[in-house]
Amino acid sequence: MAIYSDTVMDHFTNPRNVGEIEDADGVGEVGNPVCGDMMTFYIKVDDQERISDVKFKTFGCGAAIAVSSMVSEMAKGKTIEEALKISRNDVAQELGGLPQNKMHCSNLGADALHLAIEDYLSKKGKGKDE
Amino acid sequence: MRVAYLDNYAASPLPPEVREAMLPWLGESYGNPSSLHSWGDKARMAVEESREKVAALIGADPEEIIFTSGGTEANNLAVKGIAAGSRRKGKHLVVSAIEHFSVLHAARSLEKQGYELSTVPVDGHGRIDLDALQAAIDEDTVLVSVMTANGEMGTIQPIQEAARIAAQKEVPFHTDAVAAAGHLPLDVKEMGVQAISLSSDLIYGPQGVGALWVKKGVRLIPLLDGGVQEGGRRGGTENLPGIVGMGKAAELARRKMAARSDHLKSLRDALISRLPQKVEHVYLTGHPTERLPWNASFVVEFIEGEGMLLFLDQQGVAVSSGSACTSRALKGSHVLTAMGIPPERAQGSILFSLGPQNSMEDIDYVLEVFPPIVERLRSMSPLYAKYVKERG
Repeated sequence: MAIYSDTVMDHFTNPRNVGEIEDADGVGEVGNPVCGDMMTFYIKVDDQERISDVKFKTFGCGAAIAVSSMVSEMAKGKTIEEALKISRNDVAQELGGLPQNKMHCSNLGADALHLAIEDYLSKKGKGKDE
Repeated sequence: MRVAYLDNYAASPLPPEVREAMLPWLGESYGNPSSLHSWGDKARMAVEESREKVAALIGADPEEIIFTSGGTEANNLAVKGIAAGSRRKGKHLVVSAIEHFSVLHAARSLEKQGYELSTVPVDGHGRIDLDALQAAIDEDTVLVSVMTANGEMGTIQPIQEAARIAAQKEVPFHTDAVAAAGHLPLDVKEMGVQAISLSSDLIYGPQGVGALWVKKGVRLIPLLDGGVQEGGRRGGTENLPGIVGMGKAAELARRKMAARSDHLKSLRDALISRLPQKVEHVYLTGHPTERLPWNASFVVEFIEGEGMLLFLDQQGVAVSSGSACTSRALKGSHVLTAMGIPPERAQGSILFSLGPQNSMEDIDYVLEVFPPIVERLRSMSPLYAKYVKERG
């Protein structure tokens, strides 16, 4: 059996939403290249607190790229409240499973998304204070 | 689809001559070399004939060859067996930092049992620091182990000089020649070593068989207690088809070494000179000239090895990588780390290991499909984006 599911290979081969958003409302970065994986997520949030656009850039293995792509798809169109509920396990499940040894190190997409949302919320909070 | 198998360090196709030699022992021929009847005689003769061929490959006495289950067992037997054989003399081992895990982890296992272990560093080209080696050996040292050449990045070690240093201090010197045998002319007397590990599959023989040569006079305690096979140094009924295959492979390696090396070097040098022209920020790892004929290893900056490997596989190209993500233990290569390559750059490790069956068309094909793969992965890489921004 191949180490990755067909869904993982599809997202790795044709990753959705690769890129950056110049005027992003929130940016989240996780990992570091030393440990192997690094992901940056960019989000745009509309008036209804809905994630209208997501982009990512990822340095890492096939799983890390597939995870990023899947998270970007899952998050798009969701409210930030809903998006904050996306867990690492949800992502792995949607991908048809991940190899055990990749569950921890490469499955950082949800964390990066949550950081981008927190970044958005903290920027918004600061905006209100002014 | 066109395919190019460039992962011969992992496994390589069995030459038809080797297969032919093995086939009778997987069919009509059988017998246990320990049996006294004629079936046993025939089996014993086949084993002894192979022993002579393997010995001839390294200029050794056939009686000093011990067949094993592969390079890993040969290395374990050398490290643990020689250490155990001289434990009254001392409890200190010296190995290089870039040894294969079957030497390194065997030595660390002894360390847990109370031995002391010194690890000798290498320079940026992966060559052992001979002064550090000299300094590491003391009165308590019972074994020095330095590999002949490293399979992961290709660098050939100054084995004669290293062995001379150990000899001056009268310490047995073992060399893991698994990656080098069959590709570099090896002669135990010229090298001045006391033990050499070999693996069948790296000389284009079958997997699952190897050999350890140990010079007479070096005390060796077996790893596998059992019958008196292999002169009592390795119990267990012999892997007859494997040993016959390894013997044939050794015979072919001896006969074809020069021609194979010339061919492999031409492919290697084409990759080494042409890849950096096609892709920016690609660096050769290991020594530029003192390297194995079959090894072209690089690091590709800003991207990770597994992605390259999987995309190349989709194009019918097999390679391997020393990146953390491609190792099951998720640890970056200790060899690249020892050479001072920073971890994020080591993540971009890629190894093209060439075999006699490869052609210049394979190299042309890889050079055609690889650059777009690098570009694709870099377009996703936050590190590359950062570099481009900083470059302006």
